[in-house]
Amino acid sequence: MNKSIRISFLTIVRKEVRRFLRIWVQTLIPPAITMALYLLIFGNLIGSRIGQMGDFSYMAFVVPGLIMMSVINNAYANVSASFYSAKFNKSIEELLVSPTPNYIILLGYVCGGALRGLLVGLLVTLLSRIFTEIPVHSISLTVIVVVLSALLFSMAGMINAIYANTFDDISIVPTFVLTPLTYLGGVFYSISILPGFWQGVSQINPILYLVNAFRYGMLGVSDVNIWASLAGIAVFLVILFVCCLYLMEHSKRLRQ
Amino acid sequence: MAFALEIEHLKKRYDTGVVALDDVSLKVEEGDFFALLGPNGAGKSTLISIICSLVTKGAGKVSIFGEDIDSDFDAAKRHLGVVPQEFNFNIFEKVEDIVINQAGYYGIERAEARARAAHYLEQLGLWEKRHQASRYLSGGMKRRLMIARALVHQPRLLVLDEPTAGVDIELRRTMWDFIETINAQGTTIILTTHYLEEAESLCRNVAIINHGRIIERSGMKSLLASLQRETFIFDLDRSAEQVIFPDHYHANVLEDNCLEISLDSGQPLNPVFDMLSKQGVNVVSMRNKVNRLEELFVGLVSTSGEKQL
Repeated sequence: MNKSIRISFLTIVRKEVRRFLRIWVQTLIPPAITMALYLLIFGNLIGSRIGQMGDFSYMAFVVPGLIMMSVINNAYANVSASFYSAKFNKSIEELLVSPTPNYIILLGYVCGGALRGLLVGLLVTLLSRIFTEIPVHSISLTVIVVVLSALLFSMAGMINAIYANTFDDISIVPTFVLTPLTYLGGVFYSISILPGFWQGVSQINPILYLVNAFRYGMLGVSDVNIWASLAGIAVFLVILFVCCLYLMEHSKRLRQ
Repeated sequence: MAFALEIEHLKKRYDTGVVALDDVSLKVEEGDFFALLGPNGAGKSTLISIICSLVTKGAGKVSIFGEDIDSDFDAAKRHLGVVPQEFNFNIFEKVEDIVINQAGYYGIERAEARARAAHYLEQLGLWEKRHQASRYLSGGMKRRLMIARALVHQPRLLVLDEPTAGVDIELRRTMWDFIETINAQGTTIILTTHYLEEAESLCRNVAIINHGRIIERSGMKSLLASLQRETFIFDLDRSAEQVIFPDHYHANVLEDNCLEISLDSGQPLNPVFDMLSKQGVNVVSMRNKVNRLEELFVGLVSTSGEKQL
């Protein structure tokens, strides 16, 4: 990466980070409050009646899922909202008229989104320590999975933002796709408790693999094969990156 | 001859079927102050958007200081600064950040970007507002912010797309002084405006575009010299109804003490004054009826419109 491109990249990332820090009441506090309530109600109050999930308390079992859920949602929301807003107020033209290459614009926004996801994930991790001890089975696997997941969903948010024509369009996918997939992706339960048919259905949910890979990093237990999960994340990263770049280059929604 | 901008056979048809540009060719010399004029929907903004890569071209060739936008768009973009017609910055960002970030997109180091932002914000009278969110700026300040942003990477070609729309006269004059200084320092300027008196007084060369075609391209002086007639308005010290004119003077009474007289280009005004004096009428004041360029513009555009029909 030459110096000029590096500066462009850092400028976009800095702008994105400053944006979500400037509106921290909207970007950082709500997910922290929501997750604190999840931990209190599902983990503490209801969880104490559920008992053990394998070798772990229910609270310890749901914490990795809740952290991953907050990372996914916030990484996605950051890029979709920020890039769509830039389209809406035409400030994206500042970048499009500049010599900044499209892949750097993409990486800048994606890294900005991933950083918000990771920061919220860190806040949720700290909050969960109030409720339970959090073991770490493999710190490297945990970090790799959470970083790749944040990047993956930032790119998904970028595709949503490029296609969006209204602010409603950037809330449709999180509401009707992301939230159901996350809730049914093993955040609150192990798919081993489901009947065989629904276990099979669950295995076509990509978020199941992210949640379980992350849970394996923290607890050392998983419903799915970890290597298959990592390979799946890598493949989807490449596919989404190519899709995003193609849209940046050719989409009529950016350049007529 | 070095050209800041060379456009050859440029075409653009939108998906809606609208032909915005139809075989446009244009050359703008380095250092020029060039007016690109045309009525609304003529193709000016499409042309500018293609130059700065916001719209993809259908066919043709565009070079900025010899850099072809197809073969090396990045190099071409480094020569170009654009002040668009609409405000296109994030209204929640601070004034200073908008300019510094723009420098960053051109690969300028943060410290240098800060220094340049300070320089242009001071020159454009925005230094005191640098820490304010841009949404709190007045319309004129927002226009100046876009000029500062467009200049921060020190482009050799500056495109101003109706930069004074909605700006009051005093501020407009200040802005033109600044832009003239930039031009005098070597920056080529391409200006689109609906204030034709601005184009007439500032620009050395002009192109008029209508229905996606260049219908006139010449030096401003030679274009104005081609105007056949000029109209003057005389304010008199008594009723204009009493004044008797020979037929070849094309005189009209506008109001009680106000008279409009059209003369062939180059025809002296002395006989008009002599005739009024002989009739015991004094001229209190006199002015051009309309801007000369406006008169030409309206004539050319209406002729080209008739051809299209």
